[in-house]
Amino acid sequence: MTSTSPAPTPPTDVSAESGRVSTADAAPHQPSQVALDRARFRKKQSARSVLIALVSTVVVAVIVWIAIVNTPGWALVQQSFFDPKTAWEALPSVLLGLWTNIQVLFFASIGVAIVATLLATVRSLRSPVWFPLRFLTTAYTDLFRGLPVLIVLYLVGFGIPALGVFPRVPAQVWGTIALVLCYSAYVAEVLRAGMEAVHPSQRYAARSLGLTHGQTLRLVVFPQGIRKVTPALMNDFVSMQKDVGLISVLGAVDAVRAAQINVAETYNFTAYVVAGLLFVLLSWPMIRLTDWYTARAQRREQTGGAV
Amino acid sequence: MSDTDSGAPVLSMRGVYKAFGENTVLRGVDLDVHRHQVVVLIGASGSGKSTLLKTVNLLEQIDDGQIFLRGQDISDPRVDVDATRARIGVVFQQFNLFPHLTVLDNVTLANRRVHGMPKDEAERIAVELLGRIGLADKLRSYPDRLSGGQQQRVAIVRAIASSPELLLLDEITSALDPQLVGEVLDLVAGLKSTGSTMVMATHEMSFARRAADLVVFLKNGVLVEQGPPEQVFDDPEHPETREFLARVHAVG
Repeated sequence: MTSTSPAPTPPTDVSAESGRVSTADAAPHQPSQVALDRARFRKKQSARSVLIALVSTVVVAVIVWIAIVNTPGWALVQQSFFDPKTAWEALPSVLLGLWTNIQVLFFASIGVAIVATLLATVRSLRSPVWFPLRFLTTAYTDLFRGLPVLIVLYLVGFGIPALGVFPRVPAQVWGTIALVLCYSAYVAEVLRAGMEAVHPSQRYAARSLGLTHGQTLRLVVFPQGIRKVTPALMNDFVSMQKDVGLISVLGAVDAVRAAQINVAETYNFTAYVVAGLLFVLLSWPMIRLTDWYTARAQRREQTGGAV
Repeated sequence: MSDTDSGAPVLSMRGVYKAFGENTVLRGVDLDVHRHQVVVLIGASGSGKSTLLKTVNLLEQIDDGQIFLRGQDISDPRVDVDATRARIGVVFQQFNLFPHLTVLDNVTLANRRVHGMPKDEAERIAVELLGRIGLADKLRSYPDRLSGGQQQRVAIVRAIASSPELLLLDEITSALDPQLVGEVLDLVAGLKSTGSTMVMATHEMSFARRAADLVVFLKNGVLVEQGPPEQVFDDPEHPETREFLARVHAVG
């Protein structure tokens, strides 16, 4: 036991300090010895946790490194996957390709935002009049959530141009459309989940003010729903950020395709690693932002509290 | 262990400070709660009643001072927080029953999972306690099937099922319809007669007068006045207590 029993003193008489009740804000509180000791202990404790985490990370990293380096084929793997010279030479063309990916990502995000919002809105319509439309959107989200992105890319990227009714456009345009088709289905479901998570009392309150169903959705339900699902939406965005690399199968010269070309020229796989690292770098800010936002939202919901 | 030390108060707070950023909520609170004592905290909203209860349950970390549970300094960072909380029962304003569990599972959860009690014994205790408050037919119901008063009574039973050394009640009737307040307060009065040690924040002045052994008036995080109910309510020493009570009586 680290403490001593407090003496059973009679209740402290604070009436003598009556003047302090209202003016206490003025005088800053001087922490006592006990509080200082506790603060010191907590600081030491957290310093120890950080140290343990650091040491264990370094130990694991070293063990993994030694294990890999001592494999029989390491020299060959290092040469064909991690060759600095090849990496440096591949970088300009892969970077140029990545710019294509970023453009596709930009337009696909806008497309997904619009289509997904429409889909989610239609699915939340209650009136029987809308049944056919509701049924269609349900079928759509079911279909495109089930279809592999790659197959949609092939169907859209090779199938639609083959119809011969559309003017020739670059492959990345079809790639963008295919991504919008797939990701809208996912994002629409996330948005719908968010809208349904808004408590019904919010709808009652909005309708009781005389807002129409549409106004209620737009002004009350949607803003709250989107806040609830922001982490999930950001997660979908990060996922799409790397799936834009799949448009290379249509022949669009994006980062993956540029790397592939380099690999064919040099018989060295390093360019793929370069492209991979660039994709990680591209998605990293968004991943960190997602984590930060999620942590902040959690802090706000659990106002105070040490649990 | 100091648990056997019956001389020490069950709860003892010494110079407790708590601030949320710039906003100081408790300014050096000293309070003793002895065994079988019912202490009622009164004061306006924002006076620090709820925060005081949360610091005792270690849901809020205090900035200065010490809190002793049966003589053990529970504000010490070396203390096992979960073990300490297991010794204290808490009832919340919004009931906070687990909606995915039946009434029976809500009540037996802590005994089974924290106190390692066999399931049949935990259920025997739960059935007995729930039967005593007339909810024996609700064992398999989910909380959303119960009225607010029934939910709060289940929440109280959940808190006392593990026979805690101290019971904290945080404005437990504030979220209830007036006609449901009575059944909850009757249950609390019943607990008092069985000797539970309780600290209770409430706006129910008539109940405070009836059930309290010690009434504590808080204002701006300062413990302004404390004493037996007849003294605090009928002959308050402090002008601020008088002012608060006058305002409460003007409304009620």
